[in-house]
Amino acid sequence: MIRRYYVQIITILIAVIFIIRLVSLQILNSEYKYLSENNAVLESPVYPERGFIYDRNGEILVANQIAYDLMVIPENTNKFDTLELSELINIPAKDFKLNFSEAIKFSNKIPSIILSEISKKEHAYIQEKLWKYEGFYLQKKSIRKYYHDIGANFLGYISEVNDSDIDRDNYYQTGELIGRQGIEKYYENILRGEKGKSFFQKDRFNRIIGSYQNKRFDVAPKTASNISLTIDLDLQKFGESLFKNKRGGIVAIEPSTGEILALVTAPSYDPNILLGRKRSINYNELANDTISKPLFDRGLQAQYSPGSPFKVLNALIGLQEEVININDVYTCNKGHFYAKGAFMQCHNEVGTKNNLISAIHQSCNTYFAKTYKKLINSKKTVSEGLNNWTNHLNSFGLGDYLGYDLPIGQKGFIPNSNYYDKWYQKGGWQASTIISNAIGQGEILTTPIQMANFTSAIANRGFYITPHFLKSADKINIKKFEKKITSIDPIHFEPVIEGMEKVVDYGTARIAKIKNIKVCGKTGTVENFIKLNGEKTQLTDHSMFIAFAPKEDPKIALAVFVENGYWGSRWAAPIASLMIEKYLKNKIERKWLEKRIIKGSLEFEYAKPLSGKIFKINE
Amino acid sequence: MNKTYLYRLDWLVILCYLSLVLFGVLNIYSSTFDNNLNKDFVLESLAGKHIIIFIVSLVIGSFILFIRAQFFQQLSYLIYFIGLLLLFGLFFFGETINSATSWYIIKGFSFQPSEIAKIGTAFAISRYLSDFNTDIKEFKSLFKGLILIFIPSTLIILQPDPGSAIIFGSFFLIFFREGLSFKYLTFSFLGLILFVSTLIIPIKYIIVLITIVSFLIFYFFKRSNKKTKIFPFLIFLLVSSAFVLSVNFIFNSVFEQRHRDRFNIVLGLVEDSKGLGYNINQSKIAIGSGGFTGKGFLQGTQTKGNFVPEQQTDYIFTTVAEEWGFIGSSFLILIFVILIVRMVNQAEKQTNIFQRSFIYGICCLIFSHFTINIGMSLGLIPTVGIPLPFVSSGGSTLLSFSLLIFIYLNFDSNRLGDW
Repeated sequence: MIRRYYVQIITILIAVIFIIRLVSLQILNSEYKYLSENNAVLESPVYPERGFIYDRNGEILVANQIAYDLMVIPENTNKFDTLELSELINIPAKDFKLNFSEAIKFSNKIPSIILSEISKKEHAYIQEKLWKYEGFYLQKKSIRKYYHDIGANFLGYISEVNDSDIDRDNYYQTGELIGRQGIEKYYENILRGEKGKSFFQKDRFNRIIGSYQNKRFDVAPKTASNISLTIDLDLQKFGESLFKNKRGGIVAIEPSTGEILALVTAPSYDPNILLGRKRSINYNELANDTISKPLFDRGLQAQYSPGSPFKVLNALIGLQEEVININDVYTCNKGHFYAKGAFMQCHNEVGTKNNLISAIHQSCNTYFAKTYKKLINSKKTVSEGLNNWTNHLNSFGLGDYLGYDLPIGQKGFIPNSNYYDKWYQKGGWQASTIISNAIGQGEILTTPIQMANFTSAIANRGFYITPHFLKSADKINIKKFEKKITSIDPIHFEPVIEGMEKVVDYGTARIAKIKNIKVCGKTGTVENFIKLNGEKTQLTDHSMFIAFAPKEDPKIALAVFVENGYWGSRWAAPIASLMIEKYLKNKIERKWLEKRIIKGSLEFEYAKPLSGKIFKINE
Repeated sequence: MNKTYLYRLDWLVILCYLSLVLFGVLNIYSSTFDNNLNKDFVLESLAGKHIIIFIVSLVIGSFILFIRAQFFQQLSYLIYFIGLLLLFGLFFFGETINSATSWYIIKGFSFQPSEIAKIGTAFAISRYLSDFNTDIKEFKSLFKGLILIFIPSTLIILQPDPGSAIIFGSFFLIFFREGLSFKYLTFSFLGLILFVSTLIIPIKYIIVLITIVSFLIFYFFKRSNKKTKIFPFLIFLLVSSAFVLSVNFIFNSVFEQRHRDRFNIVLGLVEDSKGLGYNINQSKIAIGSGGFTGKGFLQGTQTKGNFVPEQQTDYIFTTVAEEWGFIGSSFLILIFVILIVRMVNQAEKQTNIFQRSFIYGICCLIFSHFTINIGMSLGLIPTVGIPLPFVSSGGSTLLSFSLLIFIYLNFDSNRLGDW
């Protein structure tokens, strides 16, 4: 009887086994679904075009241009003349062979890059002859285009992400570009937009054979935003031209808004040299130049003693703390004894009597040393006195990061009582010990942008807006930059500003005078030292100048410093003055001054400590 | 053809047949579909060829419906002999495709004589069993029957096409129907279990296991029947140990590495998704990714990417499973079950041994192809190049199975012998 059914029974049994297997493979196990997507579907990013960068007046600074990568699919190549092709693309045959064998090693069927970032010009030439070489083709790619050879320091650059970038932010994948420095880095998220996704069907050789499910799952990229900077192209250009053959920088701020009008650092470089194939060579050259340090943004990163410009801050604090008033007069005898046997020199004649305003425009060391001493001693202890002073300075944004929108910077340094307690032991110091602070020497360090910023706060009579570079972005709302009120009452600014005006009118910086514009400023001559052959060696003084103009309705505030520029009015003051003239009048009337500055070079001064010979300074 | 004849035809089998062929066309089209090429359907494509062969089968088949069963019975040995001749001729005139010389190519048309041999062997066995003198329970008759299977399968192994040769083994099922003792089946089954366990478990454990099992069985038999002797159990113990040892020896010393690999992959003894296991692994991925409802016609990513090799022929089931999902693949299995169960049922209604055995032969062929093909796609048995009847692309297979269906229809509708 069983013989009549057994084939049917076996058949059903087998079918049941199959169904059970299907249940386990298709319904219970989701691993296979994942595996399938992994090996059959390629997710490929779609990039929005990187945002353009404009200046404050809508002049384009940075856009994109097309470059080409020479690609090869080794499988598709025929026999070809290696030498001829490497000559065509202008690289050594050895390099070409290496790249080609790497490509074969990577994959015979997937394209590899043989030569990247071929310029448009070269491309036309190569394209014409490339038909001879089967399996090779040129692939478009977008790189940055710089319209002006300025602003490399704050624009920054972009390059391919490295492993640590990928670890930090999983948005990025190998081969993608990321802002590396400056604006490109700080506003990376705005400039890059948001990449989209495209899905492709792959075959078993990993080749793309079409779009996946009619692009049903594709995600469109979010367009990037174009941004406008607060930088004024003309002013920036002019500033950079003034600094030819000099080292130093300019920071110019619009006081009412905190917008940075120009940020010059010298020496700098043409941003275009960090594009294309020579990028790494050029970059290394810049990075290895430890003498003139072109990659070092002096405006943001250099910390100097502020020198005499600092006196105006001490004047303001003195007034606020009521240790001086405008009519107080101190006598200066080419200096004074600030402690027993300790004499501080001053360039004022013996018997000069200075009140606040004249002390500012005569830059009298004696006046400010005495003021400072009073300030420190105005509280119960010197510690309290000093810390009170420190707090006032902090309210001007000194001694800490300013919070501007670039990724680099320095805090500067304003000492407080803890600092001196450590150095001299508690109680081991008094006002006379730290008297250098009175005239902006001593332990104080500021960056040029901090100096420009406190100048701006003075111009505003008591407040500043965090300096910044971003004026607007076209796709997004930008955050407002913070307004910060200083600890000095507005009324105290007027006499100090008056003094600063006199500095230009008939004080130390008469050269900065501009017809029909009331310029207020303060010169500085900063002693500086380096270690040379293990010995502390004094170099020619830095030339320093802070200024704002016009006096009543300030449109520009700036700090200029010229390394080893002798004294304040020799280089820094005229440069600042020319900048103000350029910005407010849009033309330069003092052609002779412009010529003198542009032609002038300090290279011989920079060569001195390197010459190995004994040299004289400040001559 | 009169109305009653049409009425007598087994429409259930016809329906199964038609749906399998239709399923075949759709899935072959999908397997060979290429986004980048012309999307219009063309007859030159493999799917088009499938349709053409189907139409040819219908034409030939409708003639077959009018041939008397006795005529087939008389011609049985002749057909068998022609099949053997064609197989033998391969050694001189055969074409080699995929390293197996299994094809004749005449003016662009290629066909596999092993298909004719399958039909011929089914005829010869049916004829032999229907002979008055044959009693398959006798060893002499069984031996002659074995010879009938042995000759063509040996010729096919020599091509070499071991996959097709295995199919001939399924004709044993006819012998069992006609009275061969099930002991043989039991022993073959036991043998298979021992064979597989030899590959998985170390040899000494198996022998210990066999010993324990033998004595346990003996103990239970002894309890129910005091007269049970220990001698047969000792024989059993001895034979199975010898079997295990020889399997171990053959597997490790006679088999080539590639044979061993195929077994090892199926048994999960080696992980290998790039080399030899690639096919099975990709096949499982394609099937698994289909899920419950499948990805839809022409939407299979694995199918489009050609990840599974030979997908339009041996691995056609992966396309079905990926694009039609659990529902579609279970449905396909169900159709095969209905087809076989129905034909066996109808065979049992035959009074004539020749017709009954032949229908059993057809069922054996469908059953073995179905089991091996889908079992292989599901990774349950080693890779063997066997097509899925009616569904896989391949003219010879479709034609021969179609003709078998028509012969069945003929036998079934004329079993009352009204002509």
